[in-house]
Amino acid sequence: MAYSDKVIDHYSNPRNVGTLNKDEKNVGTGLVGAPECGDVMRLQIEVGADNVITDAKFKTFGCGSAIASSSLATEWLKGKTVDEALAIDNMDIVEELALPPVKIHCSVLAEDAIKAAINDYRVKNGMEPLVLEKSHH
Amino acid sequence: MKQPIYLDNNATTPLDPRVLEAMLPYFTEKFGNASSRNHAFGWVAEEAVDYAREQVAKLVGCTEKEIIFTSGATEADNLAIKGVFEMYQEKGNHIITAVTEHKAVLDTCKHLEKLGAKVTYLRVKEDGLIDLAELEAAMTPETILVSIMYGNNEIGVIQPVKEISAIAHKHGALFMTDATQAVGKIPVNVNEDGIDLMAFSAHKMYGPKGVGVLYVRRKGPRVKVTAQIDGGGHERGMRSGTLNVPGIVGLGKACELCRLEMDEEAKRLSALRDKLESRLTQLEESYVNGNRENRLPHVANISFKYVEGEGLMMAMKDLAVSSGSACTSASLEPSYVLKSLGLSDDLAHSSIRYGLGRFTTEADIDEAIAITEKAVNHLRELSPLWEMFKEGVDLSKIEWAEH
Repeated sequence: MAYSDKVIDHYSNPRNVGTLNKDEKNVGTGLVGAPECGDVMRLQIEVGADNVITDAKFKTFGCGSAIASSSLATEWLKGKTVDEALAIDNMDIVEELALPPVKIHCSVLAEDAIKAAINDYRVKNGMEPLVLEKSHH
Repeated sequence: MKQPIYLDNNATTPLDPRVLEAMLPYFTEKFGNASSRNHAFGWVAEEAVDYAREQVAKLVGCTEKEIIFTSGATEADNLAIKGVFEMYQEKGNHIITAVTEHKAVLDTCKHLEKLGAKVTYLRVKEDGLIDLAELEAAMTPETILVSIMYGNNEIGVIQPVKEISAIAHKHGALFMTDATQAVGKIPVNVNEDGIDLMAFSAHKMYGPKGVGVLYVRRKGPRVKVTAQIDGGGHERGMRSGTLNVPGIVGLGKACELCRLEMDEEAKRLSALRDKLESRLTQLEESYVNGNRENRLPHVANISFKYVEGEGLMMAMKDLAVSSGSACTSASLEPSYVLKSLGLSDDLAHSSIRYGLGRFTTEADIDEAIAITEKAVNHLRELSPLWEMFKEGVDLSKIEWAEH
């Protein structure tokens, strides 16, 4: 299958690969997927005083589209408020990366990872976790 | 643009230029129909087909009359299994095969199940070989056919064909083998191996695509199959359709070259394969899949834990290989062959198959090693699983959200 230029770009030069200290109170970590399914994403956000995401990092086990989806997600997260981040929809990722139908699950996983990271941050800071729609993939 | 290094010779092989040269006249001036009995154009074509039949027969140790030309191994598998099922239905309806067979065999068997066949799918052991005791136990008086492949396309293991055919014959069943990956690579002899039907294909041995063979035994016993394509009664009535003369000429030439060069070529390829394997298994957490003793000389299947196969192939764009990863298949399921060895899904997702061939050089292998090492290390830097493994986290204890 041929990949879009944007997938290849994110795959070849992934943005924001790395690890934030998951024990810090202002860091939220989302770990989604399963090794058996061939993709696992870990996405982390660091949230500043005014609820703005000041840093985002990822590591992903998966195919090129999964790596590109998570790389793009970290790029979009930086500078957004947590509420704005919650509005990121997997279809935005599909559109931006021109993912084919068989790779849509990669974008769903990236959206799940964002929400899981935000929830981790919320719980750490005494907020209720958001009830997330069970995504279907 | 520089071409990638081709290490996917189990998928298909390039055409040998000597094969192409043999074929060319049969596209142009020698264009006749091999069934045209009344003029020189037909005679020339028929002679070429007869000669090719001899070349093929010589490679596998049979007579020319036992060679049925088909469009490829898939058609030959279909003809053998469906043809035996129809021809021998008075004797019984039970077929035995194995879970690691090619889809051309498995899907044919599934089709026959809808038509009343009973099919036993033997499991394989961890090394990819079937258990002979299980085969023996599965045999019944209704068993008409045992169909077990010669060498596996994904992991290269060679089944104990002689022992399998002996068990089949002891119980009065025929033995069929899909030998697509074995013929031309290792010595295959239908009499020594006790084979009654055998499918193989030209394009896996440096011949053209679109032509294959079903070997059908004529003596001890005389095997018959019901034709699946009706028409002009070609190929002793078993496979109608105008013969693909250039393809058949190419297949014949390919068989001859394999026969003459096989011994040295197998030695050369297994040395290259061993080098590839020994270097790549020096990478941490990498494993060779399948039995390492009984296998084809040109195949290596290696899992690199904590990296995903499709992602890995993308990082190795200068290498043409294949993967057992789900992402490379339409079904999103990882390789059923690797899973049937008892490999966990994550290891199946992390596998790469290297298929060496006649045109693979030592320099290619050195480059393949360097490219793979670099890509595996790069992707492990990106892999959360690798980081967790390095921190000593037991990944099996994590509650993953299966999706």
